[in-house]
Amino acid sequence: MFVDKSMTRKVITIGPGASIFEAQELMNQHGVRHLPVVDAQHALIGVITDRDIRSVLPYNLFKDPGSPAERAKLANLKIEDVMSRDPMTVKPTHTIQDVLLLFQEKKVGAFPVVDEQGRLTGIISVRDLLRAFTNVLGIGQPGTLLGVLIEDKIGQMKKIVDAITEENISFGSVLVARYWEPDKRAVFPYLLTSNVSRVKKKLKALGFTPIDPMQWYLDQLPKNE
Amino acid sequence: MKRTGFVYDDRYLLHDTGPYHPEVCDRLMAIKKGLESAGLMSHLKLIRAALPDMKWIEMVHPESYVRRFEEVCLAGNRMFDYADNQMCVDTFEVAQLAVGGVLEAVRMVMTEEIDNAFCAVRPPGHHAERIEAMGFCYFNNVAIAARYLQKKWRIQRIGIVDFDVHHGNGTQHIFESEREVFYYSIHQHPSFSFPGTGREFEEGSEVGKGFTKNSPVLPGQGDEAYRQLIQRDLAPAFASFQPQVILVSTGFDAHEDDEMSDINLSTAGFAWIMDQLMQMADQYAAGRIVSVLEGGYCLARLPELAADHVRILLGLQQG
Repeated sequence: MFVDKSMTRKVITIGPGASIFEAQELMNQHGVRHLPVVDAQHALIGVITDRDIRSVLPYNLFKDPGSPAERAKLANLKIEDVMSRDPMTVKPTHTIQDVLLLFQEKKVGAFPVVDEQGRLTGIISVRDLLRAFTNVLGIGQPGTLLGVLIEDKIGQMKKIVDAITEENISFGSVLVARYWEPDKRAVFPYLLTSNVSRVKKKLKALGFTPIDPMQWYLDQLPKNE
Repeated sequence: MKRTGFVYDDRYLLHDTGPYHPEVCDRLMAIKKGLESAGLMSHLKLIRAALPDMKWIEMVHPESYVRRFEEVCLAGNRMFDYADNQMCVDTFEVAQLAVGGVLEAVRMVMTEEIDNAFCAVRPPGHHAERIEAMGFCYFNNVAIAARYLQKKWRIQRIGIVDFDVHHGNGTQHIFESEREVFYYSIHQHPSFSFPGTGREFEEGSEVGKGFTKNSPVLPGQGDEAYRQLIQRDLAPAFASFQPQVILVSTGFDAHEDDEMSDINLSTAGFAWIMDQLMQMADQYAAGRIVSVLEGGYCLARLPELAADHVRILLGLQQG
């Protein structure tokens, strides 16, 4: 759950004196959108993003290399003139839940990861978290998702898990989402089988309501908010 | 009337998946009964299964997989790779006979002893990966048939159409980086159905990019969605690919009464699909089309679905 297990360790960095064209080329070459800016001691002094570069490039230069004179002028523009200074960072000991909440709050795409001494040790991006959540969802393995409506009270999940376990079916994951009716929860077991018709009937017989697949959702639905 | 082969063998009933499993021998019995009571048996050329030359199976599944399957099976295990794959001591042989039946049908089409065929085989094949059994499937019958067509009959362009309600992950993966086999599948959207592959953006890889096409269908949809997607996605793809033979992974589990899916195809909807495929076969492949059974679990509907399917192959019915 800690950042240092999910972050990218091989960080592509750039120095403050480099030109914005060098940054642009590094980003294209490595398929990244954030470059931490470090000094000679590898201490973090800023971050430059593809958006920072785009905002200083004239529109016609965004795709087109432009005339030599125009380029020479822009080549004088240094990273340190364009980068964000004192960027928000996280520590290797932050958890991925911390980072998830920070991403939502700060509306950025990546955080440099910095140790106690201020040295850059990695970078964690929205993409790294997506990879972690793809793993947690279990969708890399063959299976079938079910959707069941339950009352929000103790012991409901046990009944579902027992019913599925009795059918000798393994779980890929179980998600629980808020439902738009108060005191209800939507449960989504991802089952590692193709053979779900019996277990569906069984859950129905236990009093659980199947949710119409076209009504499945993971996000908070707008019904009440 | 066309000369249609019908692959069936009582030994296909021996693959025993135990209690509470949907892929049971009653499925084949229902299909056979459906053809008998519709008076179609006398029109069909009955093809019995023979054990195939292992070299054809090994063009898809490496020998190590075949030996592992054999060992697990003959040692009396009831399961192989995943709990879905329930089996008995006969399963290894029956799986070979399924391949053998399909290859014999293909051979007879190629020697023009018959025009086309329906292979009512068990176990099914389209989920089977090169080295992994999955979703009730052990040997990928259709993929092996495609290799046989390539190697034995020098066919250069093979079109596979898979209308089982589940995506044929095995078949797609086996051919996804090749341009000689076009794999088309229409199935319930993978976010709502096993095995979770067959998304719209899966279109093949490397030189095979553009030779895989998937049409996911949302839960609750039926005849109209299939009509639109087949016309939008399959028809133009085959018009440009020009398959010389068409292999069909026929699954009847998208039927509205089949509990394996939330797709609502009607019996008439299945007939429409098969009629389209027949027209494509006539147009591009000199009528050469071999249909191979995959899923379909509603025992009450299988008789009528199989009867329509065979009538269309015989040319006795339009969609």
